[in-house]
Amino acid sequence: MPESAAAQHGEMLCTLPGDDVRQIMWRYAGRFDLQMLVQSARQVARGTVARLVAEGARHSHDWTTAKDRMLKEFDEAGITAMFVDPEYGGYLEGPKNLAMALAAFELAWVDGGAATCALATGLALAPIHERGTEEQRRRYMSLAVPGGPGPGRPPWRGAFALTEPLPYVGVETGILGGKVRIADWPEGGEPILEVNKRGRFITNMAFANFVTAAVDSADPRIKGSCMVILEESDPGLFDRGAPARKLVHQLSATNDPILQLKVPASRIIGGYEVKHGVLVPRYSHGEIIEAVFRRTRVTVGLMTAAKLLSAIEPLIRYHRDRFRGSDAVPPGSPRYELGLQQREDVLYRVIDIWATGEAAASLGFAAARLFDILDPLEREKDATLAAQGIKGGTAAYKALRKRQKDALEFIELDARPQNRRDQARYEELKNDKVVQFLVLDALANVLCPAAKLWNTGHGANMLREAVSLMGGYGITEDCPGFLGHKWMDAQLEATYEGPEAVQRRQLSVTMTNEVFLAQFANWIREMRAVASKRPGTGACALATAMQLWLWTLRHLQKARDARGNKLLQGARQGVTFPLADALCWLVATRQQILDVLELEEKGPQNPAVAEGLEGTLQFFTDLAHTHVAKAAGEVGRICAELVFGYNRHPAWDDPEYRGCLTEDELVAVDSLVPGMSGYAADVVAADGAHPAKAGPCVEFDGYEDFQKMRVRLDACQTGAMLSKDRAAKALTKVMIPAALDYPQ
Amino acid sequence: MSNGYHIVVCAGIVPDPLQTLEPVTGPQGPALRNEMMLPAVLDPWAAHALYEAAHLARNAPGSKVWLVSLSPKAKLQQVMMTIAQKVPFELVALDGPASGFTDAGETAVALARAIQAIPGLDRSRLLVFGGWESASRGAGATLQMVGEILGITDQFQGVDALEIQSDGSFRILERIEGGVHQVSACAGPPAVLGWATGTLPEPPNQPQIGMQNMRAIMPALQGAQPAGLAGGKIEFLEVRIPSVRRETQVIKDLSPEEIAKEIVEWIKE
Repeated sequence: MPESAAAQHGEMLCTLPGDDVRQIMWRYAGRFDLQMLVQSARQVARGTVARLVAEGARHSHDWTTAKDRMLKEFDEAGITAMFVDPEYGGYLEGPKNLAMALAAFELAWVDGGAATCALATGLALAPIHERGTEEQRRRYMSLAVPGGPGPGRPPWRGAFALTEPLPYVGVETGILGGKVRIADWPEGGEPILEVNKRGRFITNMAFANFVTAAVDSADPRIKGSCMVILEESDPGLFDRGAPARKLVHQLSATNDPILQLKVPASRIIGGYEVKHGVLVPRYSHGEIIEAVFRRTRVTVGLMTAAKLLSAIEPLIRYHRDRFRGSDAVPPGSPRYELGLQQREDVLYRVIDIWATGEAAASLGFAAARLFDILDPLEREKDATLAAQGIKGGTAAYKALRKRQKDALEFIELDARPQNRRDQARYEELKNDKVVQFLVLDALANVLCPAAKLWNTGHGANMLREAVSLMGGYGITEDCPGFLGHKWMDAQLEATYEGPEAVQRRQLSVTMTNEVFLAQFANWIREMRAVASKRPGTGACALATAMQLWLWTLRHLQKARDARGNKLLQGARQGVTFPLADALCWLVATRQQILDVLELEEKGPQNPAVAEGLEGTLQFFTDLAHTHVAKAAGEVGRICAELVFGYNRHPAWDDPEYRGCLTEDELVAVDSLVPGMSGYAADVVAADGAHPAKAGPCVEFDGYEDFQKMRVRLDACQTGAMLSKDRAAKALTKVMIPAALDYPQ
Repeated sequence: MSNGYHIVVCAGIVPDPLQTLEPVTGPQGPALRNEMMLPAVLDPWAAHALYEAAHLARNAPGSKVWLVSLSPKAKLQQVMMTIAQKVPFELVALDGPASGFTDAGETAVALARAIQAIPGLDRSRLLVFGGWESASRGAGATLQMVGEILGITDQFQGVDALEIQSDGSFRILERIEGGVHQVSACAGPPAVLGWATGTLPEPPNQPQIGMQNMRAIMPALQGAQPAGLAGGKIEFLEVRIPSVRRETQVIKDLSPEEIAKEIVEWIKE
């Protein structure tokens, strides 16, 4: 494989990547509002939050005065107001997905609980923002802004109460614990609702001023489910409940509240209609939650990504300094200068952690940016459908299904060069908001669960690796970078807002959407094109892995197991879930490569990045290549397991098996084509003797295609370890700060 | 003063103090290794001056604060993402090296020209603020020369406090040896004040101020002209990081009296 100029010249990563580099890679170099938010959040994280952790604030489950100080810091730093549109007193224009993602990333760099705490009011506001009436938006958004209406008024903080069912009682997650009934319905007046809600693991509940709660109807005069807004001063019981005894995220307040309150029906999020004496909420709780979670889950995925990347500097410092201070290790000696970095294993493992962090961040930020585009598009789509008299629910679903072929046509046209497509038709479809929504929505429905699932799940595994690389230090509270805490916290991030099984379930549905698969097929071509220009990125191997995954999916859609049962179906989680896992590796790694290309394109325009860019690019390219190798390995393994694993192994005495030749037949074959017998694997002797193995080798329709791709994929690993070698060497040279910029 | 002050704060940027700073010799002379790639902060001495300027402006209606900075504009932009959120000001950016190895005289000329070119600047209300020293080089020479070029002879260095008297005059506390201050009286502007640490803490970030500042800062950065420092007037014979002067000893069971005696002897040295 040809090496880049930087590789040939031995250009190395000079310093750890700074803000200038990240702004380009994560596409906010042109957004000074976001750059300022990053700096603000960083100051709080590496100041107040880090001090709290260092002082042992995580040792208490209670919401303490010290922890409460953090909320004030969030307010002053603009973190509290970042969810709010300027018309209600906020300061960030437009969609807030990337903004939230960046702020959460910065806070989680130090402590995941602090990030969760900062995001929880945003989560409480999200149902109101996404589906609330204008009156509801105006009231609660304005109240959530520090120093909003009222002199010196502290902001209102919110909690979001979906309520997971109480554990060990056999309730399914689709069933809600909360109930709503009509307490009073005055003649010609507004109904008064009685809400009974028991929450569990509700973040911010220790100090929340309002709660957005999901409830089910317990009254024939209310249809279905809905979400309601509850305020702490509403008549009834607003019991914040006992704090959860969490082992993780202790800088967020988590309680099990009991809420028995009477509220006017105008608190139903999105409003309601009265039809034939029945109160019909405009949105069910499910419709609201879907709109909320698919955005906020991305942010959770990024929290784990931040931790992975935050581990790099402490690890390098620990490894380099490991033997310094000993009389037996004089300054200037390799042992003094490099410490444990003299050992390849240490370097390789840090590279794996770093590569995972890069891929996780790339995937998460790509998803956040996508939602920033999708948010206004969704509103335009709704408006377009509404203009056609289509309101929502089933009617909207049917209308969108009808447009799916247009979306597929657009994707197909988009992949062609301009001179080889019907440009007028392409422009028409490009300007069609419904078509564009369908295209991006299909993508978002994969990227969001992928970011949540892969970043947190695989990220937690890699954080364990980071802890192990600190030796005994790693499992102490003195570990620089709080790595032990971060490892444990990652497990919660893998769990809340929908645990891993929920994400896999969602992916198993959305990954088979033809609109997504058409885009995925284009990505294969895209990666081949990248590979022809930048062979060192591993894009070619990734393309092959993508091809193998797509082939496997198509195969499994038709294939049946040895018992004749269909393989790719909802209930067959042994098939769909691993396939979803494999897809996550692919989408994360693709985005990692795209971010490297972005840096290559835009880096030279910034003088601060241009200096040393060759070395930086070479390092990121090597990281990507290294990660492609991991991804390809995972995908190959999973696909092979699924393609072969559900077939019964052929037996020697199987009368239907056609793969075996007898020795006589073999002689006959050789007489026709000399040497042909050498290709026969399974030969049975006249007396029935056969090679010492379980049975003849397997064959099925498509077997050869799969084998060719699998072998090609293995061969595509060529050069990946050379990249890892180079990246590892860069680790020994890179300049790191004299000390970590937050306390320990 | 009824119309307030026109306060110009001269401020460079320096590498974040936590970074590893390693002198190297480049084609243009001495430099710090990977300096352009290291995260930067506003020179802490000048940052104090900026906070004092904003405080003074807030208490003197009609005042306005400008921040004049000669720095690589790409790095300055990153620094502005934090500083712009602290206090209201208008940026005057000059694109050029902020390293401690530039000629203070050339830097002073460039800064003075930039100050003179500020539209609407009223010399009779002018206060030039800056750091008494710099974290990149502790010579403390640039600000004095800026004042000289601008013809401002009332200069105060190592300032810790500026108090406005009822008659509009200033009472200025300058830091001198032994932890004491020299108290001066100044009739009023124009004056140059090189700040030590001042008395104000770093203000919290205020995103609304940041958004307001940045609307003018971004165009200022984009339009920043090269400062045109020719260099070559100074020859550096040697550059090295300060040597460690303290030799730490770990001694067990030393009595407080013995420790005190040792400290006194060390001070006498």
